[in-house]
Formats: sequence, C-alpha cells, structure tokens
Amino acid sequence: MGLLDSVFKKNISAAPQKPADVAKPVETKKEVKPVADKITVGYTHLSGCTGCTVALADNYAGLLTLLDKYVDLKYMPTLADARHIQKVDVSFVEGSVCINDKLAVEEIKETREKSAVVVALGGCACYGNITRFCRGGQQNQPAQEAYLPIGDLIKVDVYIPGCAPSPQLIRNVAVAAYLLLKGSPEQKALATAYLKPLMMAADKGTSACFCDLMTNVINQGLCMGCGSCAAACPVRAITHEYGKPQGERDLCIKCGACYNQCPRSWFSFDVVSAYESINETIMAALQ
Amino acid sequence: MGAELGNYKSCVSARSTDKEILKHAQDGGIVSQLFGFALDEGIIDGAIVAANKEFAAKYPSKVMADNSNFDMIEPWRPIPAIVNTRAELIAAAGTKYNVSPNVSMIKEATRSFGLDKVGIVGTPCQMQAIRKLQLYPVGARDVGASIALAVGIFCMENFPYQSILQLVEDHAAMKMESVKKMEIGKGKFWVYGKRGQVVQLPLKVTHKYEQPGCKVCLDYVANLGDISTGSVGSPDGWSTVMVRSKIGDSVWAKAMAAGCFETQPIEKVKPGLELVSKLANEKISKNKATLEARATFGVGKALRNPYI
Repeated sequence: MGLLDSVFKKNISAAPQKPADVAKPVETKKEVKPVADKITVGYTHLSGCTGCTVALADNYAGLLTLLDKYVDLKYMPTLADARHIQKVDVSFVEGSVCINDKLAVEEIKETREKSAVVVALGGCACYGNITRFCRGGQQNQPAQEAYLPIGDLIKVDVYIPGCAPSPQLIRNVAVAAYLLLKGSPEQKALATAYLKPLMMAADKGTSACFCDLMTNVINQGLCMGCGSCAAACPVRAITHEYGKPQGERDLCIKCGACYNQCPRSWFSFDVVSAYESINETIMAALQ
Repeated sequence: MGAELGNYKSCVSARSTDKEILKHAQDGGIVSQLFGFALDEGIIDGAIVAANKEFAAKYPSKVMADNSNFDMIEPWRPIPAIVNTRAELIAAAGTKYNVSPNVSMIKEATRSFGLDKVGIVGTPCQMQAIRKLQLYPVGARDVGASIALAVGIFCMENFPYQSILQLVEDHAAMKMESVKKMEIGKGKFWVYGKRGQVVQLPLKVTHKYEQPGCKVCLDYVANLGDISTGSVGSPDGWSTVMVRSKIGDSVWAKAMAAGCFETQPIEKVKPGLELVSKLANEKISKNKATLEARATFGVGKALRNPYI
C-alpha cells in the first residue's frame, strides 16, 4: 500500500472507522465561503447525443448538491444561456469531432485553451464510439464524413468511458476534481490516486472495441473469466463460452466499456482496497 | 508479509446449523446459509450463484437467455444464475472447479430480474471486479449501490472446463456424470463418485491445466469480500470465515444472533490460520514472481501488467 496509506490510516488500523473524516473539512469550509471555493466547470457538446448530459442529470439530488457546494457551471449549451466557451477549471466534452465541420474543430481547440482539465465524457469523446461508423453521404451535409475522438485533436486529461457513461462515475470524477483543485493535501492525494487510471486511459489511446479484450487481456494471458465485460457491454455483444468472452463484433459499437470495466485492464490495489472509505467519502460529500 | 489475509474484523471456524444445507454443501454451508438468511431477512432480494445444468433445466428463467440450450451444457459446467429462494440456493450449492463468470449477471440482476439488493458469491478476482465496478462503474449504471452482500470464496486457482474434463475423465478415469463431488484439499485433487468410489490425484498433475489468468492473481482469501469463506484452516465439514466490511459485520452478527451458525474460535481449530497464511503467502509470492517474469518476458519487451 502506498499513496493512500496516509489518507486511510484510521481505516486500515483496528480503530473504528470515521467515514466523514475526509469530507468534513470540505463541508465546513463551504459554509463559510459558499461560492468562492467552487470549481468552475464547462460542458462542450460536440457530435454527441446528449445521453451523457442525461447521465449527468441522472445523479438526481446528487447533481443539485454538486452544483450547490462544489461546482459553478459556467457554460453548458443544454442547460445555460452562455453562448461562448468560457475559461474554466474543468471542461467535460461530450461527443466526437466532425473534422469537416469548422465550428466543431474550433470549439474543441477553444475548449482545450480555456480549460485547466479536459475530461472526455462518454464513449464518443473518448473513443469515437458509434461515430466510428460514419462515412458521409447523408443530406444535407453529405461531406460530413470524418469524425475523430477529441483525443486525436487535443490533449485530454481524463476519460470517462461508457455509452452511456454511468452517472456515478461522472459524479465520482466531479468530486475528485473538486478535491484535486480545492482539497487538503490528503484529499489531493486521494483524488490523484482515484483519477490516475482514468488519466492513464486518456494517455493510452483513442480507439476501443471488443477486440481490446482479445489483444490486451486474453492474448496477454490475463483473462480469468470473471464476466465483468459481459455485464458492462451496453449492446449484449459479449457472452461467455466456457468462461471466456465471446464477442459479437458486428453488434459492438466500439464504446470501450468492456475493456475499461475489466479488472485485468487496470486495477489499483491502493484505491480499490479502500473502496469502503472512498464510497463513504463520496456519499458524505454529497450529503 | 502479514497482509496476505487482507483486512478483517473477525475470523472463526463455522458451519451452518441447517441440516438440509449441510447435506448439499461443499464444506460448512456458509454461502448457502448466509444467502438463505439474507433472503429471509430482506437483506438481499436475490443472489448470483454458480448453478449447473440441472438447475437451469428446472429454473430456466433464472439464468441468462443465451444459455437456453440446456442440452449443450455439460455436467459440472457452472452457469451463473439468480436465486430467490432457499430451494434454489440448495439446488445450486457445491463447488464447481471451473470458471463461472458470475459478474456477467450483476447488471442484469438489477434490470430484467428487478433486484434492488443483490447478493453475489465469487472468487477473489470476482470480488475485485465488483469493487472496481463500484468505484469505477463504466458500463454499470446504478449497479454499485445495489450490491448488498458480496461473499468471497478462497481460491488458489481455477480451471477451464476442458481441464476438469481431462482431470476427471482421463487422469481419474471417471465419467463426469457419475461424479458426486470434487474437492481440492490436503494437497490432493479428490473426485468422489456417486457409487462411493474415491479417486485422488496429486496436485502436481493438475498444474498444467490451471487457467493462465490465475497466475497473476495476488489474492487468496477474497480480501475484498464483505465476508470471505473457504475450507482451508478448518476441519472437514467446517469452513473458515473472515468477516471484513461493515456490511459483512452487520450481516454476520444478525445471522449469529438468529442461530444460523455454529462456530469455534479459529485459534482453537487445526490447522487454523497458520495454514491459511502459509498458503496465501505461497500463492502471492509465486504469482508476484510470475508478474516479475512478465516484465522481461521478451527481448526488450514486456507482457502487460494490469496492476497500477
């Protein structure tokens, strides 16, 4: 155990757990300065379906708590009237980029310039997803044929894969981003450790497919047949034959959920072993 | 080391007080009794377990639709299934020594099966999978908070189905259909026939049949389960039980209060935790060596290490 030892020392020892320990200072600080300590967030909507937006909204009261205590939403075409991309701490980007659409290309570049942290939200922004199958020829813009995940045009800091992404993962990343930017050193360490695999995913590349399970897990001698990939697949393209994934590739929409959910793609003992206290911290933060 | 058994709040040797469960159980009937109790109490409203062909034929609506061709399913091949009653639990009891992708049902359990509080039993890697899924739900919307009780089972390694076929039908010279129980214990792979015959194979012959993905596993006693259980450390017919999380602690306390289990202090039984620690250390050091060897597997090229 490394990085998280300092954060979870209490929980690792035999002493009774105090779940709210990490979150409490955050809340007290909030009451003193309710707005100044919020992080600013933008939401850039490119070639996406707004399903990621809905997933964010599906945190229900959790979203309201986020907006209340931690996040100042500066720019989000679906929900707010700000017309232009704003300077923010964190930008969530939904959808891929149509490189035949000048405005889309400008917007993704501007998002990068104006954001400290860029988060690719959902399968399209991370990996192209269904827009990987685009090839133009439809009215009334038949020349709009080439779509790229945002990571092919700008540097992306964090991935939130999934089509649709899980509301809880968006929530966790938002809380972690807040702790990273506004938290105590311990909270920063926790947020960094939590976000690390999602940052590594962003560094790793912009393509995804069922084949990732073949090339990076099974072919590498790492698959142990747990079944996570089949559970994660949004289109039921994965079944298990004698305990090993069987992919229906013509069903696969290339979202990257299976590989990222696989415990043998990336797994941090430090973070996952502390699952109880991390979950409690997040829940306490959203009280 | 010292960390080989993970964090736990308490550890005992235990067995179910339910005679019917003990009749069908692999060891002390811990998993069946815990889920039976949790179902009765409304702690869970269903559990994902490893069932089999007979179960699927009897309860076709409790398994995934793509397993519907029951004639194709061989004896001793596990099928993940949802159980909602004690009768179903008992029908699914017993260890099947080959891969059962239990986690594949975790999302469906909360969808078409309509469960709000899901129980799941699984090997250490499957406990890792569900904890990752709770912290990083990628394709698992609303699933994490529905996991109400995760019971981990000790696991040294697992086998592909064809390996078990090879071991039973070739090495042990028995028909799969005629096998009543399989067991790994006391350094042997045991096959018990329905007519009373017993064949034992030295573990040495089983090694080459192990699932390769198990060789990078660094968890023996399901460190991430709410409650973990296994045969090692306790006498025959009993199980070693480790209570780990707050959920596990609360469920175990209630089950004990309801008289579900007989227990003995783990310190009082033979071979006890010393053997569990020894085997855990052996597994972890062997597999850490495998991971190190993967780093220099090729010439200037490494195999991938999933642990970050």
